[in-house]
Amino acid sequence: MSTITYREAIVRAQREALAADPRVILMGEDIGAAGGPFKTTEGLFEEFGPLRVRDTPISENAFVGAAMGMALTGYRPVIELMFADFMGVCFDQIVNSIAKHRFMCGGKVAVPVTIRAMGGGGVRFGAQHSQTGETWVYQFPGLKVFCPASPADAYLMLRQAIDDPDPVIVLEHKAMMAMKGEIQTDAGRWPAQRPQVVRPGRDVTLVASLAMVRRAMAAADALAAQGIQAEVIDLRVLRPLVAEPIIDSVTRTGALVVVEENHESGGWGAEIVARALTAAFDYIDKPPVRVTLPDWPMPYSPALEDAAVPSVQKIVDAVLAQH
Amino acid sequence: MQLSRDQLLRAYRQMKTIREFEERLHVEIQTGEIPGFTHLYSGQEAVAVGVCEHLTEEDWIASTHRGHGHCIAKGCDVPGMMLEIYGRRDGLCKGKGGSMHIADMTKGMLGANAIVGGGPPIAVGAALACKVRKNGRVAVAFGGDGSSNQGTVFEAMNLAVVLQAPAIFVFEHNGYSEHTGADYAVGSKDIAGRARGFGMPAEVCDGADFFSVYEAMGRAVERARAGGGPTTIEPKITRFFGHFEGDPMLYRAKDEVARQRESMDCLKNFRARVTAEGWLADADLDRIDAQVLELIDRSVASARTAAPPTAADLLTDVYVSY
Repeated sequence: MSTITYREAIVRAQREALAADPRVILMGEDIGAAGGPFKTTEGLFEEFGPLRVRDTPISENAFVGAAMGMALTGYRPVIELMFADFMGVCFDQIVNSIAKHRFMCGGKVAVPVTIRAMGGGGVRFGAQHSQTGETWVYQFPGLKVFCPASPADAYLMLRQAIDDPDPVIVLEHKAMMAMKGEIQTDAGRWPAQRPQVVRPGRDVTLVASLAMVRRAMAAADALAAQGIQAEVIDLRVLRPLVAEPIIDSVTRTGALVVVEENHESGGWGAEIVARALTAAFDYIDKPPVRVTLPDWPMPYSPALEDAAVPSVQKIVDAVLAQH
Repeated sequence: MQLSRDQLLRAYRQMKTIREFEERLHVEIQTGEIPGFTHLYSGQEAVAVGVCEHLTEEDWIASTHRGHGHCIAKGCDVPGMMLEIYGRRDGLCKGKGGSMHIADMTKGMLGANAIVGGGPPIAVGAALACKVRKNGRVAVAFGGDGSSNQGTVFEAMNLAVVLQAPAIFVFEHNGYSEHTGADYAVGSKDIAGRARGFGMPAEVCDGADFFSVYEAMGRAVERARAGGGPTTIEPKITRFFGHFEGDPMLYRAKDEVARQRESMDCLKNFRARVTAEGWLADADLDRIDAQVLELIDRSVASARTAAPPTAADLLTDVYVSY
């Protein structure tokens, strides 16, 4: 165990993967000598050189597609997409080629690509640089989607993604880069790839991902002061989505609130609510509630952005209204 | 660039196999036994073969929706391809890919991509892998004049130049982007010129002449293997069928294809050249014709009666582990 930041955890995972496996190659914009726009490849260019840590032109379609070509021919490319919003630029390569190629080949090939994309609001970057990308990619068979909400997960999920024989999108959150925490480097002690209860409680189940996990935890503290014991679940892995830990929790608490940094329509929260209602209808006492972004683009002004992103108070209010 | 007798025989066999495969599909599609839609390569055979005769199984190609010819030229199993197109369980991709998604990594065939312009970035990645390994191998991205208008292709060409990757872009300029003329859709009218604008050598060749394509590809592949970076080849060609089977081709003059079948048939051109030069005799080629017809007959007969996949096959082959 050692205590490092979320950003340092990302760097460390890549450094260890590069050192462990010569097939691992990093590609992206400004990731070389510049160390990455968020310093998530800091020092790696110096340590591993330009053949392993490769700067690309601003051509997401080309280098994401090239990553697939490298993966098909024996490498394990790790792509940094800078902003998750840029998945929109290379969506075709991700969903039409990388996600489907193995299936279209009758299972005869593997596409071990890792795509790191940094998303989320809270940093005043406006409508084209604040999306998490979660709901863009979580519905596609062929992809795996990891959402690290702590330094521990930022480290282990990236290690797991790079080792995975299938394509994995790791959605990192910009607002969490300085978050400190302990990481577990012993792979034998890593948790399973499924949602995790990060705070036990008996009255309501709060399911959150990425930066919303911390807010849900803060909301749970506030609710405890009012006598409501909230159980907080970190969703962690969007695909494959393992609903059992959530269904188990809702079966015990009888109430479900999902908190996500995505638009309400078609957010993963709708999927969670549907699965919970289908599996635990007889145990759910209160109408499930979704705390989300409005169905509206992310604004720039701090006053507006703060009004858009689910706040601790909004989560508390949603739970109190439900109860 | 003189080819041996065996090389000439092989090139002819490959072109003839593609032609008969496609002409037979054109007939069999009328029966309704072949699912989906199909884009035939008839008329363009000299391009696929002129290119792939320079490649080994360790070199890579990325293909397109009009990909049967590339697959055959790269060595994919012909009966296995027919089974795939019929949607059979024993098809090359277990019936999950179909006409537009045939791949065989053991032959260096990365896959046919049904998104126009989807393949070149992938080919550049394979080329980069070859460069990193320093193994002298190359990757070829096939595309048409339509794909030359895609941003993905521009990006891939620039990336190949930046990386000095051993990539070769082959733009089969058959005159039509689906149903729209290239004279309308290709703004500069000059695909090779665009490639030069990205900083790579480019040349136009005659896509109906195997030797013209073969020689252009020879220069490109030699450059790539020697570490000289990417090249573009623009073979001018036509297609003998529509964009897809069933396309009424209202955008072409009524007698256009009939005229082109006379004047732009690579098989006729090849036969005329090799017999006139005394390299091969008509009897050599006639023997191949008969063997190819037998192969296609056998492939169709086997595909027509082969078993389809079962419902249990549906939920497999997406992930290695899940």
